[in-house]
Amino acid sequence: MNNGISASRRFKSAVLNILMYLSAGLVCFMLLGIIGYILIRGIPNISFKLLSSKPSLINDTIGILPNILNTLYIILITLVIVLPIGVGAAVYLNEYAKNKKVVRAIELAAETLSGIPSIIYGLVGMLIFVQFCSLGTSLIAGALTLVIMTLPTIIRTTQESLKTVPNGYREGALALGAGKWYMIRTAVLPSAIDGIVTGCILSIGRIVGESAALLFTAGMANEILGIYESVMPGKAGSTLTVALYMYAKERGEFDIAFSIAVILLILTFVINLSAKLAAGKLKKRKEN
Amino acid sequence: MSKLKKTADIFEKAMNAVFTVCGFLAAAFVLIITGFLIVSGIPAIKEIGIIDFLFGTKWASTASPPYYGILPFILSSVFGTMGAIILGVPIGLMCAVFLAKMSGDRSSEIVRSAVDLLSGIPSVVYGLLGMIIIVPCVREIFDLPDGANLFSAIIVLAVMILPSVISVSETAIRAVPKEYEEASLALGATKTETVFKVVIPAAKSGILTAVVLGIGRAIGEAMAVMMVAGNVANMPNLFKSVRFLTTAVASEMSYSSGLQRQALFSIALVLFAFIMAINLVLNLIVKRGSKNE
Repeated sequence: MNNGISASRRFKSAVLNILMYLSAGLVCFMLLGIIGYILIRGIPNISFKLLSSKPSLINDTIGILPNILNTLYIILITLVIVLPIGVGAAVYLNEYAKNKKVVRAIELAAETLSGIPSIIYGLVGMLIFVQFCSLGTSLIAGALTLVIMTLPTIIRTTQESLKTVPNGYREGALALGAGKWYMIRTAVLPSAIDGIVTGCILSIGRIVGESAALLFTAGMANEILGIYESVMPGKAGSTLTVALYMYAKERGEFDIAFSIAVILLILTFVINLSAKLAAGKLKKRKEN
Repeated sequence: MSKLKKTADIFEKAMNAVFTVCGFLAAAFVLIITGFLIVSGIPAIKEIGIIDFLFGTKWASTASPPYYGILPFILSSVFGTMGAIILGVPIGLMCAVFLAKMSGDRSSEIVRSAVDLLSGIPSVVYGLLGMIIIVPCVREIFDLPDGANLFSAIIVLAVMILPSVISVSETAIRAVPKEYEEASLALGATKTETVFKVVIPAAKSGILTAVVLGIGRAIGEAMAVMMVAGNVANMPNLFKSVRFLTTAVASEMSYSSGLQRQALFSIALVLFAFIMAINLVLNLIVKRGSKNE
């Protein structure tokens, strides 16, 4: 097949081919290197004590239980607030809004939100929630900041799956005499559940990995908080990522930082896997 | 019956209102963010003077008299981002071509999972690895007193933008109609020539989108840069410690007050303006791309 192709053309193709394989190999090598390095440095320092205690100055020990709990609290609070708003917005865009221009404008706004870097969210969150709403540096202020940040994700994924709900469902429900809200609640939303779940998983991923937006909103405290305390104004707490940053940058405790990195890596892996599963389900339904 | 209908009507109207409020909330958030940034960013710019602020080459916020020139931050951000793009985009594009055109289903599945996983790793983890691996390496290789400099930041940022560059350009390359390729192959071009001379040019608006997204990600990254760039307010130099717009905001926020604090908000406003400009470019590209189709 290659007969009649000049040597220089063949050479160029070969070089480009090699470059392609090198790039793909480099990406895989990088991932393996990153994972391997983190595991090797991090795992030896993970102990039950580290995972189940809080830092103590007196005993000079470090524990990351408060950070694990804070991460869970922030995920929970954020989702509880952002889900109704995000799903509601998607329902509005897909079911209620009649003006195409309004829909486009809101979609544009959501896209803009998703492009804003997290440090700006952190700053604005500090201005609005910490100072203006006088919640103080607190988990709740951090969670509210993340609500704005994850809103576009929830809107987009919900909207995508709402679009796949067949119109026959809506018409059928309306023809049976259901009101619009009843129709949405019983016929449309249940069929869009996989999109909502995907949105949740992606949001959790974003929340787990977030640090810049939380540094000045949720603070850097390492106290164990109860579930009720976690929504109180003024109760600050650092998540795993913020704790990693503090241990690595401010205190030079690299072993602890790598242990946290191992946990974050495992979380990332689990979240990726479940996002893939959920997205696969969504896609399957789209094709049917 | 009519009473029942009436309450149902009210209920329907209420739900309609609730959903409408939710819908407009996203738009409201953008306005609120913009509003807060402008209101808190303008005073310091006014007091310092916009020319001195944007083009002043010296930042010494705690000295007396203080200097509030943010040109070092702007240029560091711009050069750092450019460096990351120059380093990351060719690798990402090559990898995307490999995924879309050259590899079998199995090997592309493996590489794609790797890309997905890389994109999920939190930025502080990249920062940590940069601190522990790249900074010492840069110090050794270039024989510097300290490896925390612009060069290290560029490397970390290049790695961080790879996943989005790869996945967006792969989608763009896959969207090119098969006929283009077949025509080129029928004319006697090799597969590689076809990909680089026909498919990539046809996918250029999507690839451009990937590049602009990469720019947005690189210019907005704070934590990883904070951990590897050394964080001194120098004018940008490849082997000197620098501060980006993002890290300038983050590094002094916790202890600042008065005009210094207001100046930090102004820096955030400048960063926001950059991001908005990038968003605008992105929208234009997407619009033009969809028109061409």
